[in-house]
Amino acid sequence: MKYAYYPGCSLSATGVEFNMSTLALARKLGVELREIPQWNCCGASYSHNRGHLFAIALPARNLALAEREKLEVAVSCAACYNKLKAAREAVKSSPEMKEKINRVLNMEYNATYDVLSSVEVFGKRYGLDNISARVTKPLTGLRVASYYGCLLVRPPQLAMDDQENPSSIDDIIGALGGTAVDWSHKVECCGAFHSTYNSKAGFHVIGDILAAAAESGADCITVACPLCMLNLDMRQANVNRQRKTKYKIPIFYFTELMGLAMGILPKELGIQKHFVNPGPLLRAKALA
Amino acid sequence: MGSKTVKKSNLVNISTLFTESRSFVAMVRQESGVDEKDCYQCGKCSAGCPLAFDMDYMPREIMRMLQLGMVDDILHSHTIWLCSHCITCYSRCPRSVDLPRIMDTLRLEAIKRGHAPEKQIKLFGDLFLWSVRQFGRVFEMGLIMGFNLKSGQFFKDIMLGPAMLLNRKISLLPHKIADGGAVKEIFDRTKEMEREGGHS
Ligand code: SF4
Ligand code: SF4
Repeated sequence: MKYAYYPGCSLSATGVEFNMSTLALARKLGVELREIPQWNCCGASYSHNRGHLFAIALPARNLALAEREKLEVAVSCAACYNKLKAAREAVKSSPEMKEKINRVLNMEYNATYDVLSSVEVFGKRYGLDNISARVTKPLTGLRVASYYGCLLVRPPQLAMDDQENPSSIDDIIGALGGTAVDWSHKVECCGAFHSTYNSKAGFHVIGDILAAAAESGADCITVACPLCMLNLDMRQANVNRQRKTKYKIPIFYFTELMGLAMGILPKELGIQKHFVNPGPLLRAKALA
Repeated sequence: MGSKTVKKSNLVNISTLFTESRSFVAMVRQESGVDEKDCYQCGKCSAGCPLAFDMDYMPREIMRMLQLGMVDDILHSHTIWLCSHCITCYSRCPRSVDLPRIMDTLRLEAIKRGHAPEKQIKLFGDLFLWSVRQFGRVFEMGLIMGFNLKSGQFFKDIMLGPAMLLNRKISLLPHKIADGGAVKEIFDRTKEMEREGGHS
């Protein structure tokens, strides 16, 4: 299995452990991820402030670069996945848009190869049975709330799973020997950057997600987006201050949990970089 | 209807306003590709919106105001800035109204006309795109620090700075990609094409 790999900006900064764990896991499983050379920012939701054509052209440059290698594109960050996939669909479904994008980029892009989230690459392509076969430290007794957020499951045309009750990350947790809890906030929005520029409202939204996870009896939350991680992990202290709560809920990228269950060292996965210390939980479950 | 009590000047104003608001609605329809008349006001969008509690108008109300052509109220609203683009509304809408795309179109128009009641959010978006233009990527440390500095809340995340550096999460210096100016060209060429009227 070989893919062009798009890390995205967050994965070289605040989400660096998502990059570390994705790459460590891929190495372990023999999935080849070739970083797209000189990739650029996908634009996130801010590219729309400069118009629709720009919002498609910016991510499309990366896809055009990957197409030269004749490879499908694997993306870990949920927001980047969404922007890249949207660009591919826009070009694929409209010859007029394709012509415009090729003109803007001054490159040929035909939308030939699909864009996949790393949840699909590992969970579907590599496969649950194969995952189970590689587990050396099962997540026995670990209750995990799988948090999908927005951009893996919306809008309907780009969703990689059910929009209201997705299960692909829960299935991976199951294959690792853990318990995926049933909970209410799987697909609620984390508020994105509201925690930075409109923090009272931002912390409120994050607080509701943490409260729902706590109520479900989960030991931890697993995510597939660096912004969800930043909000739930780094901003947990802010939520505790706002709500007078004492949450200490460890947050993991699903790739970190996969890596742990397959015996990759926490340090190699970047787990020591989290704000909420996962050490006590991992020791209690004999995972570190 | 020919009533003698209505002054002529008022009639002129109303009809000018009416024309203006209809052309605004038509422009939004054209730019977003969404027909505002598709919305039948069920309110499902507002019910699921994660930021509704912080908005001045509910997402459903924005649709109604658009149907009625209430240009000024829409373009001065906080709602179009507070939308986090989570796509919950569109995903659940029984009429498949792409509300986030409408919000994008309205925000873009508000920017063009110089309205931005949510100054911080506007600033953040500007800095984000500035970074992409300069470096080809978003330099997160610069973005967060630059934002806090310019928005006058420099001390807000100051405690997070050392922790981030300690965790080696963010680098202090930006790294420019060797794209031969390709990203800058995307900025410039899309603008040119939109000016030519070749936008979609
Ligand atoms: S959910 Fe759709 S149809 Fe219902 S009010 Fe919202 S936009 Fe209109
Ligand atoms: S996309 Fe915007 S308006 Fe729609 S539910 Fe999300 S935040 Fe609300």
